[in-house]
Amino acid sequence: MTDNTVLALKGLSKRFGSVVANNAVSLTLKRGEVLALLGENGAGKTTLMNMLFGHYLPDSGSVDVADASGKLRPLTLGHPQAALAAGIGMVHQHFALAENLTALDNILLGGESLLSWRQNRRAARAKVQGIIERTGLAAPLDEPVGNLSVGERQRVEILKALYHDARILVLDEPTAVLTPQEADTLFENIGAMTRDGLSVIFISHKLREVLDFSHRIAVLRHGEKVGEIATDQADEQIIARMMVGADTEVAPHPEMQTGAPVLQMKALRVAGANARTSLNGADLTVHAHEIVGIAGVSGNGQTALAQVISGLVAPDGGELWISDRQISQFTPPAMLRAGVGRIPEDRNHDGIIGAMSVAENLIIERLDAPDVSAKGFLRQGEIRKHAKRLSADYDVRGPGVDAPARLLSGGNVQKLILARVFEASPRLILANQPTRGLDLGATNEVGRRLLEARAKGSGVLLISEDLDEILALSDRVVVIHDGQLTEANTKDRAAIGLMMAGEHA
Amino acid sequence: MIRIEPREAPSRLLTLGVPVVSAILAIALAAIPLALAGADVLAAYGFMAKGVFGSVFAFTEMLTRATPLIFTGLAATLAFRAKLWNIGGEGQFYLGAMAAVAVGTGWVEAPPIVMVPFILLIGAAAGGIGMAVPTYLKTRFGADEVVTTLLLNFIILIFLQMMLQGPLKDPMGMGWPQSAPIIDQGVLPQLLPRMRIHAGLILALVLAVAAHIALSKSVWGFKLRAVGENAAAALHAGIGVKRTLMGVAMVSGALAGLAGVSEVAGLKGYLTNDLSPGYGYTGIVVAMLAGLSPLGVVISALFIASVFVGADTMSRAMGVSSYLADLVVSMSLLCVLIGGFVARYKFTRVTREAA
Repeated sequence: MTDNTVLALKGLSKRFGSVVANNAVSLTLKRGEVLALLGENGAGKTTLMNMLFGHYLPDSGSVDVADASGKLRPLTLGHPQAALAAGIGMVHQHFALAENLTALDNILLGGESLLSWRQNRRAARAKVQGIIERTGLAAPLDEPVGNLSVGERQRVEILKALYHDARILVLDEPTAVLTPQEADTLFENIGAMTRDGLSVIFISHKLREVLDFSHRIAVLRHGEKVGEIATDQADEQIIARMMVGADTEVAPHPEMQTGAPVLQMKALRVAGANARTSLNGADLTVHAHEIVGIAGVSGNGQTALAQVISGLVAPDGGELWISDRQISQFTPPAMLRAGVGRIPEDRNHDGIIGAMSVAENLIIERLDAPDVSAKGFLRQGEIRKHAKRLSADYDVRGPGVDAPARLLSGGNVQKLILARVFEASPRLILANQPTRGLDLGATNEVGRRLLEARAKGSGVLLISEDLDEILALSDRVVVIHDGQLTEANTKDRAAIGLMMAGEHA
Repeated sequence: MIRIEPREAPSRLLTLGVPVVSAILAIALAAIPLALAGADVLAAYGFMAKGVFGSVFAFTEMLTRATPLIFTGLAATLAFRAKLWNIGGEGQFYLGAMAAVAVGTGWVEAPPIVMVPFILLIGAAAGGIGMAVPTYLKTRFGADEVVTTLLLNFIILIFLQMMLQGPLKDPMGMGWPQSAPIIDQGVLPQLLPRMRIHAGLILALVLAVAAHIALSKSVWGFKLRAVGENAAAALHAGIGVKRTLMGVAMVSGALAGLAGVSEVAGLKGYLTNDLSPGYGYTGIVVAMLAGLSPLGVVISALFIASVFVGADTMSRAMGVSSYLADLVVSMSLLCVLIGGFVARYKFTRVTREAA
């Protein structure tokens, strides 16, 4: 009778102005299936899912969703409420949680009427606890979301979808923010959920997890579906080729003689409000011609480390040396002058000013340079020339150097920041989650640029929650746990994973 | 039903068209209260137009009325572009005016070439300090400048009354709470014989152009825009956010202060506590109507001044309340706000499918 199909997207198309975000994309999803949606940045994955969830209204096409009895019914498009009612839950890349409410309140929000809120809390809590027990999605329910780590927030989002009886769960880059162990747990949980009959679509750039955990892989390129393959018939080469249309190369990592220290931290202490923003006597050295990877579970002091080196926070004790100068003034301009290039973690929030032009964003860290300004006035001809050259050199693609930077896709925003940082020939480069949320092409580009900077004599401090990335790029791995740094002396995944959890291997 | 979606980028035509359409719409909507008041609507519009364009004198009166609005409109524009919500233009206006009469009524004497710039400078400084204080409280302690600047208006107004009863009171004023007149050397030159229009207008226009150039072409303007659009990224990029805000505050307050100097030294000659019919507040409307563009401020100040002057003439000729002018100004602000919404979002008709 039924072929077990729970979701059918039929020929969905969406244009934004002259840009075709999706062109006649069709997909089906079966009960209990995990479908991976792959594609470069700007390939149209998120747009497609936003149409499914009702955030965008497609220009053409339709969607059928199975109701509770398994019968396919047309979905009213353009209405998130209709998608929710049909049992579609979505966890966005950027979480939509109220930070001042507790995790439980966030989970309940939108489901109950305000009047019955109090009475139903006990029952609701029991239901959430039940979901947590079945799936293992542990989160502190009574803690305000503002105090939770990124991984915990994501689990709250998933719990919220499941609490509202989602039968189809859409995850937009779920592991971008998780440790390898957390990611493995997440996929175990997803496995348990799918055995219960839940169907999952997840968007990802990480080929390894796509191959390990999905049943089927659909690949989007330039807004069109260019391929679909059962996961057991795929390997990395095949899907990488489908995604970018050509074989990708991993950047070579030649051995290199390290130079003098460019960064020395001695017993550095930061007394932050919580573990995420605290350092408890951290020692670290990064040399010229060296990439040091900081591996760690999110919320163990990476933020504090990055803030000190960015000049956003002054340490409460210890010493910080950049090359042969001790830093006494912890401000962004002082760190820039000392020769620190910073690639911020939240590139849209800290890295660019979306309303200002690409050209302006490229010079924002060196407003006083003689080719940028003279006598207090901007040299606009020079600035545009500079922007055009950098856009070409770093392959920043978008509507042009005069267009606002917010019109760039995530990968191109990062290329803009790379161009700004690397052009200043920094002694030390702080790369904080430099590939989070980037597609394969842009990720490889970031790695290639970091290695290039290393070859030119920069020291690189790479903070990443993607252990594969750290292992691929780093000369040395240092593990951060509870605000302390420990040299890993190994590149063994399992051993580093144990150290990240606070155990000594 | 209608579906509302944000536009990727608002078109240029809409950005420019919205204020113009809003202004026309607001004047058109004024027909409703006019009709309710029992006036002949077409005749009323006729008198309004005559009040502005009917004679050289009428036109210069409109320009005279627009002068302080250009200053206060620029004050609001620069501050708002940096997301510094200066609601204290009214207070800074009076600080400027008070400083002008404090030094300009005989305390010092100098030839006009020195005296006029000196009075302007002192008034600007007073206004600048008037905004610098709340901004310091904001950057140092996080005090909300909307609250502090707004409340300072009332404090300053009461201080003004105290001064006009005390140290600044004109001994020859027959007991009226008003200051002594600005000495002749300090009076802003008249532009046309027998007209009230004065050099304050020239200064306002020059400053509008200067503000435009500063915003779009100077490093200072770059920092101002960066802080306003994304303070976190500006800080990360090494821009001194607090310092930039303090600078913007001084300039914004100084512009509002200049409005006060211009009125007292260019138009009235002496200071009373009703020198400004709310120029500081109307400046905010001027700035919003101008889309926070310094050159746009000139146009929107001319428009709002025309409404005020036109409505005055109309009310005298037809016996309709001149509060109508306030109504048109308020409605044009509402129309701009609604128009801004229309410009940012796309409206599509959707036919609901069977659910």
